[in-house]
Amino acid sequence: MIFGWTGKILHIDLTKKEIAIETPDLDVYTRYIGGKGMGGRYLRPVACLPWDHPDMAVSIFTGPLSGTISPTSGRVHMVSKSPLTGLVGDSSAGGKFATRLKQAGWDGIVIKGQCPHPVGIEIMDSHVRLRNAEDLWGLDTKTAHHLIGPHRGSLALIGPAAENGVRYASVTIDSHFIAGRSGLGLCLAKKNIKYLIVDGTGRCKIKNPEKLKQAREDILRLTAASPALMGRFGFTCLGTGAVFDLMDNRRMMPTDNFRQTWFEHTSGLNAAGYAEKYTPKKHGCLGCHILCKKIGQKNGKAVTLPEFETMSHFTALIGCMDTDLVIKANELCNHYGMDTLCAASTLALRREITGMNYKSEEVLSLLKDIALQRGEGLDLGLGAAAYARKMGRPEAAMAVKGMALPAYDPRGAYGMALGYALSTRGGCHLRAYPISHEIFRKPVATDRFSFSGKARIIKIAEDLNTIVDSLIACKFTFFAAGLEEYANAFEAATGIETSTQDLLKKGEAIYYNERIINALNGFDIKDDDLPDRFFTEPGSSGNNIRISPISRKDFLIARKKYYDIRGLDSKGLPLEEKATTLGLIWKKP
Amino acid sequence: MEKTLKKFAGKFISASLGARSGPSRPLIGCLDDKITWNRKADETKFLEEVFHGLFINSISFLRPVEPYKSLMAFLARKALESNGSISPKDCETRTFLHDLPVIDDFNPDKIIQILKKRKTVIVASEKERSKGIGPAVIAQGTVSPEQGFVTISSVCFACFVKFFTDYLDALQKGIATDRDHAVLDGVTPYLKPVPEKKPSLMKGPFQNEGSVYSAVIEAGFKTVEYGLVDSYFGNVSYLWNKTLYISQTGSSLDELSGCIDPVPLDGSTSAGITASSELSAHMETIFKTGCRAILHGHPKFSVILSMDCDPIEKSNCSFQDQCHIKCPKKRFVAGIPIVPGEVGTGPFGLCNTLPQALEKNDGAIVYGHGLFTIGKNDFSEAFANLLKVEQACQHHYLEKIGRLRKGL
Repeated sequence: MIFGWTGKILHIDLTKKEIAIETPDLDVYTRYIGGKGMGGRYLRPVACLPWDHPDMAVSIFTGPLSGTISPTSGRVHMVSKSPLTGLVGDSSAGGKFATRLKQAGWDGIVIKGQCPHPVGIEIMDSHVRLRNAEDLWGLDTKTAHHLIGPHRGSLALIGPAAENGVRYASVTIDSHFIAGRSGLGLCLAKKNIKYLIVDGTGRCKIKNPEKLKQAREDILRLTAASPALMGRFGFTCLGTGAVFDLMDNRRMMPTDNFRQTWFEHTSGLNAAGYAEKYTPKKHGCLGCHILCKKIGQKNGKAVTLPEFETMSHFTALIGCMDTDLVIKANELCNHYGMDTLCAASTLALRREITGMNYKSEEVLSLLKDIALQRGEGLDLGLGAAAYARKMGRPEAAMAVKGMALPAYDPRGAYGMALGYALSTRGGCHLRAYPISHEIFRKPVATDRFSFSGKARIIKIAEDLNTIVDSLIACKFTFFAAGLEEYANAFEAATGIETSTQDLLKKGEAIYYNERIINALNGFDIKDDDLPDRFFTEPGSSGNNIRISPISRKDFLIARKKYYDIRGLDSKGLPLEEKATTLGLIWKKP
Repeated sequence: MEKTLKKFAGKFISASLGARSGPSRPLIGCLDDKITWNRKADETKFLEEVFHGLFINSISFLRPVEPYKSLMAFLARKALESNGSISPKDCETRTFLHDLPVIDDFNPDKIIQILKKRKTVIVASEKERSKGIGPAVIAQGTVSPEQGFVTISSVCFACFVKFFTDYLDALQKGIATDRDHAVLDGVTPYLKPVPEKKPSLMKGPFQNEGSVYSAVIEAGFKTVEYGLVDSYFGNVSYLWNKTLYISQTGSSLDELSGCIDPVPLDGSTSAGITASSELSAHMETIFKTGCRAILHGHPKFSVILSMDCDPIEKSNCSFQDQCHIKCPKKRFVAGIPIVPGEVGTGPFGLCNTLPQALEKNDGAIVYGHGLFTIGKNDFSEAFANLLKVEQACQHHYLEKIGRLRKGL
C-alpha cells in the first residue's frame, strides 16, 4: 500500500493517440518526490531534443502533499524544455489543478507527441479522453474558459500568444493562476493542446492523519506569527503587491530597464493604492490559508489584481505611472496567455533602445501585437535577450540565460545577484529566494550588500526550494515555517521516515539533474553571469542607502565558491564523481 | 565572517549565557567554502564531522553558565530518564522549537541524526557531569550564526522558565522531591535581582522624527541591558505624527539602529511588512488606549507566573491543554491582567486579547510569552512598569515557594 501518492502516472502520446498508465515503484517516488523532481525525471531522457520535437515531454505533476490538509499544498508544477531559453523550463502555478488531479487518482501527467489538430485533454477520475478543440483555437483564455465551463473541475489552458508562437507564452489555470515563466504555454501549443481539464472524486490516502493534523497546526501557528504573510501589511491582506513599498524603500526597484533602482512616481502605485481603488477580496489556491491572490472590482467587473512583479515592471521598469494600465496590461497578458515579466521587460528594452517613452495605449497596443504576432510584435515576442540581439544591442537585455529578470535589482541584494546568475532556469528569483533573509529577515537577516557566506546559503536554499516544488508547497510559507515542519507533514502523509536533511539531500540530486540537463544543452560558466550593467553602473542611491555597482571580483569569488560547494568543475559543469554520489549519470561530452 | 563570529560569541557573553574563559566560552563555526571558527577548541574536531553530515552553514556550541547550567542539567537528566526530550510550555519554544531533544554523549552520528530533524540538541554527558562540567547546547543554522545564538538563548530561557514553572506546580501538588529542592537551592544564589533603579530615558512627547528613532533605540537597548528579554527578542514602538515607529521582525532590541519601520496609521504604505509580528497588537493598543509608547519584553518571572494555575482548578478546566489560547479565567498577577494569545494575527492571536487588556491597565502579560507595558508620552513610564511588574513577580514567586515549602 502506498500513501501520500496515488501510485499512478498518466502517459499520453498525442501522435499515437495512446494512453498508458505507469505505476512506479516506491523507490522512484522517494527519490523524485513529485512536482519538479518528477518533471526532471521525464525531461532528462529527452533533454537533448529540441524543445519542439514531438518526443519532447511536457510533465504536469502533483506531490505527496497535494490534495491533503498540508498547508499551501494546492500548487502544481509543469516541466519541459523552455522555448525561451533552451534550459530546463518549469513553472509552479496555483489554483486547484493539483488537488483535482490527485483526487482523480493521478500523481502526474506526461505528454508526448503532437496532435494534428487542436485538442483538449479531459480527465475525470480514471477516464481520459481527447476532445477536438479546433473551435476553441484562437480564443483568449477568458472566452475559452467560459465556453468550456469547468464547474468543479480545474482547467489549464493556453491563449493566442502560445498558439502564435510567443516564446514566453504562459498557461492559465482556473482563470486567475498562471504558470508564467519559461514559455510552457508554447510547449503545449506545439503539441496542439488547447486545454486540460481534470476532476476527481477520490481522496488521498494518508498514513497518519493525526500526525498530519499536528504538522498542519505547527505550520499555521508559524504563518500566523509572520508579518510578511499574515500581518496587517502582509500577503494575506494586500497580496504580493505588499512588497512594492519595500523595494521602493530599499532602493532596489528596477526602473528604466534597470538603469535606475528607484522610481520617483510611486505614489498610488503601491498595494495600498490598489486596495483603495479596486477594493480587492482575498482569493487563493484551493486549501490555502494565506490567500495571497487579490480579485478586485473595476466598473462592476471582477479583475485579477497584478502580482508585485507585474505592478513594478509595468510601471517603474517601463516608465509608466498608471494603475489602470497595469490592470489592463495584466489582464491582456493573462487573456492572451503570456508572461507579464517577460512582456514588460521586452517593452522596457525597446524603450531604452528607441529612446521613446510610452503612452498607455501604445503599451496595450504592443502587447496585442506581441500576442497576435504581427508587426513589431514578431520581434518582441522573442523575449528580451533575443530581441536585443536582433536589434544589435545584446548588452541592453536585462536577462540571465535568456530569461528576463524579475523586480528585485541585484545591486540591492547580493544573494539575489548570485541567485539570478546561477539559477537553472535563467533570471529567476525563486530558485534561491534570497529575498527571504536579505529583505524579509527570515529566518534571520543577512547583510544584503555582502557576498560573505552567500555561496553556501544560495546552494542550500536552491536545494530547499527544489524540495518545496516537489512536495509540493508554496515558497511563501517558508517566510515562516521551515522544512522541519514540512518533513513532519511528509512523514505523516507517506509513512516514510524522513528529516529536513534527508529532504535537502533529495533536493540536491534533483537540482544537480537540472545542471546536467543544462550542461547537455551547452550551458556553462559563460551563462552563469549577470548583465554587465550591474557591475559597471550604480543604482539610485538615497535615503541613506548607497547602491553601488556590484564588485565583479567579489561576484566571481562567490561564484567560484558556489561551484565548489555545488560540486561543479571550474567551468560550472557537473562532475562525474559528484553525479554518481547523487545517483545520477553524467559523462562530460 | 570572522567579524560575525566574534559578534555572536560576544553576545552569548553579554547575555550572561556564556563566559569569557573556561568551559562556557562560546564556540561558533561558519562554513562557506571552508570552515571558520571563532577560536581553537577540542570540540571543533567532532563538530566538523557534524558539519559534514548536514546541509548547514553554521554551528553554535555553548555550555551555559549558572543558573542555566544546573537547570539544564537537571531537566536533561529527567529527559534522559524518560522520552529523551524536554518539553517547555512557553510560547517561544512551543511556536519555534517545539521541544528540546537531549542525548548523553558527543557522538557525531547521534548529533547528526538529531540535527537532521531539529534546530538544536542538548548533550548531557554523565562523564562530564561527574567532573562538574555542564551540558552543552548545539544549534545549527542554514543562513547565519545568528540562528544558533537565537536558538541557544531560547533554549536557556525555556529551561529556566520550565524549571521554575514545574517546581511551583510540584510544590502546589505536594509532589516536589528532594532533588527538586536541591536544584532550586543550588541556583538561588545565581538569580539576579531585578534592578531597583530605573534608567533615565529620553523625555517625551517627542517633537521630531529623529528623537523618536533615538528614543526607540534607547528603550530597546535598555530592555536588553536590564535582562528583561530572552536573547534580544521583544518589540518596541512609538507613535508620532500619525505614524507608528516599530522595531522590525527578528531585530535585535539592543541594535535597533536601521531596524525600525515607520508605519503610517492610515495604511497608505505597506512598509510595515517587515515590522514586528506584534504590529497589529501595537496598532490596536494605540487606537484603544491613546498611549504613544509600547514596550514588550520577556521578563522571566512574569512569564513563569503567567503560567501558574491552581492545580485543582486546572484539573477541572476543560481547556487545560489550551491555556495559552483559551484560558477562560480572569487572572491577575501583581495587579495586572494575564491574557491568552499566540504570536501574530491568527484566530487565537494576542492582537485579539492584549489591546482590550491594556485599555484598563498600563501593563498586561500574555500567557507564557511576555509582558507588554505602555507609556503616555515616552518610554520612562513603560520601562518603569516593566521593571515594577517583574520585580513584583520575582518577589511573589519566591515568597510563594517559600510559603509552600514551609507547608503553609
